[in-house]
Amino acid sequence: MSLTSIVSIALGAILIENFIFSQFLGICPFMGVSRKMDTALGMGIAVIFVMSIASMVCWIVNRLLLVPLGLEYMQTVVYILVIAALVQLVEMFLQKAVPSLFKALGIYLPLITTNCAVLGVALLNTQKGYNFIESLVYGITGGIGFLIAIVLFASVRERLELTADYPESFEGFPIALISAGLIALAFMGFSGLKIW
Amino acid sequence: MNFKKQLKDGLIDNNPVLIQLLGMCSTLAISTTLFNGIGMGVSVTIILICSNVVISLLRKIIPAKIRIASYIVVIAGFVTVVDLLLQAFLPALSASLGGFIPLIVVNCIILARAEAFASKHSVAASALDGLTQGIGYTAVLIVMSVVRELLGNGTFGGGILGPDGAGIRVIPEGYPALLIILPFGGFITLGLLIALIQRLSRRSAEKAETEEAA
Repeated sequence: MSLTSIVSIALGAILIENFIFSQFLGICPFMGVSRKMDTALGMGIAVIFVMSIASMVCWIVNRLLLVPLGLEYMQTVVYILVIAALVQLVEMFLQKAVPSLFKALGIYLPLITTNCAVLGVALLNTQKGYNFIESLVYGITGGIGFLIAIVLFASVRERLELTADYPESFEGFPIALISAGLIALAFMGFSGLKIW
Repeated sequence: MNFKKQLKDGLIDNNPVLIQLLGMCSTLAISTTLFNGIGMGVSVTIILICSNVVISLLRKIIPAKIRIASYIVVIAGFVTVVDLLLQAFLPALSASLGGFIPLIVVNCIILARAEAFASKHSVAASALDGLTQGIGYTAVLIVMSVVRELLGNGTFGGGILGPDGAGIRVIPEGYPALLIILPFGGFITLGLLIALIQRLSRRSAEKAETEEAA
C-alpha cells in the first residue's frame, strides 16, 4: 500500500465517485435535511463521524469474526447490527462528553442508522477487499464527499426558496430533485479526472 | 377488507415513492433497464410482505424500546435470503443490481411500513399492505426504467426481450441521449414524474372544488 493508492481512494470517494451524485447512496437524508444550511452541516459532520467509525469496526468484525468462522453470508445482518449499535453508542458518548455537539446534531444522529451510505461504505470496503487503513480512508473521505454534496445542495435550496420562479407543480420535491440532477451533471465533470 | 381501495392507495394516493418520498436511493440507482426495475421491484415486494407478516406476528412480543433494532434484524434476515436466492438462481440480475440488494435493508419503505402499519395491524392486513405498497413501488420503478431506457439507450425491455436480451431497439443507434441513463437522468426523470403527479392531484382537487361550488 502506498500513498498514491490512499490519494486515489480519497479523490475517488470525494469527487469522482461521490456517494450521492454518482453512487446514489444516502439520498434520503440528502433530500430530507438539506432545507437549511445549519442542519445540513450538522448531518454532514455526523455522517463523517459514523462512517469512519463504522468502516473501521465493520472491517475488524469481518476479518476477526466472520471470515474465520466462515460466516460471510451473514455480512448484511451483522453490519447493520454493528451500525445500529454504533450509532447508539456514539449518541451516548456525545451526550456525556461533548454535549454541545450532541445538541447540534439532535434528531439526525439516530436517523443515520438507516442512511444507506453508512451500510454502503461497509459493504463496499469488503467488496473491494480494502485493508484496514484503506477502509478507514474510504470511510472518512466518503463522509467528506457526503458533507460537500449536502452543503452544496442546501445552499442551492436556500436560494431556490427565496428567488426562484418555477411552475407550481414543481413545488417542493420535484424542483429539489431537478437541482440535484444539475449538480450531479456538474459532478460528472470530475469523471474525466485521471488518477496517476 | 377492501383490496381495491388499498391497491389504489399503494399505487396512487399513498404511493411509497411518489407521495411518501421513501426509497429514493434504489429508485434512482437501478432504474436503467426494465429487467433491473422489475427484478428490484419484485425483490422488495417479497421482502416487504415477509417482514410485514413476521413483524405483525411478533408485534405483541417485541418490547417498544428495542422495536426498531428488532425490525431491522427481521428485515436483514429476509434480505439475506433473497440475496442468496438471487445469486443462486438469477446470477445475471444479481450482478446487474450489484450492491443494491443488500442495501434493501436500509430501504426506508420497508422500515416505514413495519413501524407505521405492521406493528399495529393484523397479519392478513399487514400482508396485504406489503403487497400493495410493493406493487406501488414496482410500478414507479417500471415507469422510471422504461422511460430512462427508451430515452437513454433507445431500447425497450433490456435484459428480457430482443436478441441476446439486449432489448428491442426503438430509437436507432446514435440518437439516444446517454445522459438519461447516468445519475443526472435519474434525478431529472423522478423530479418530472413527481411534478406530474402533483399537477394531476392539484387538477383533481380543483375540479372537486368547482363541482362543490356548483
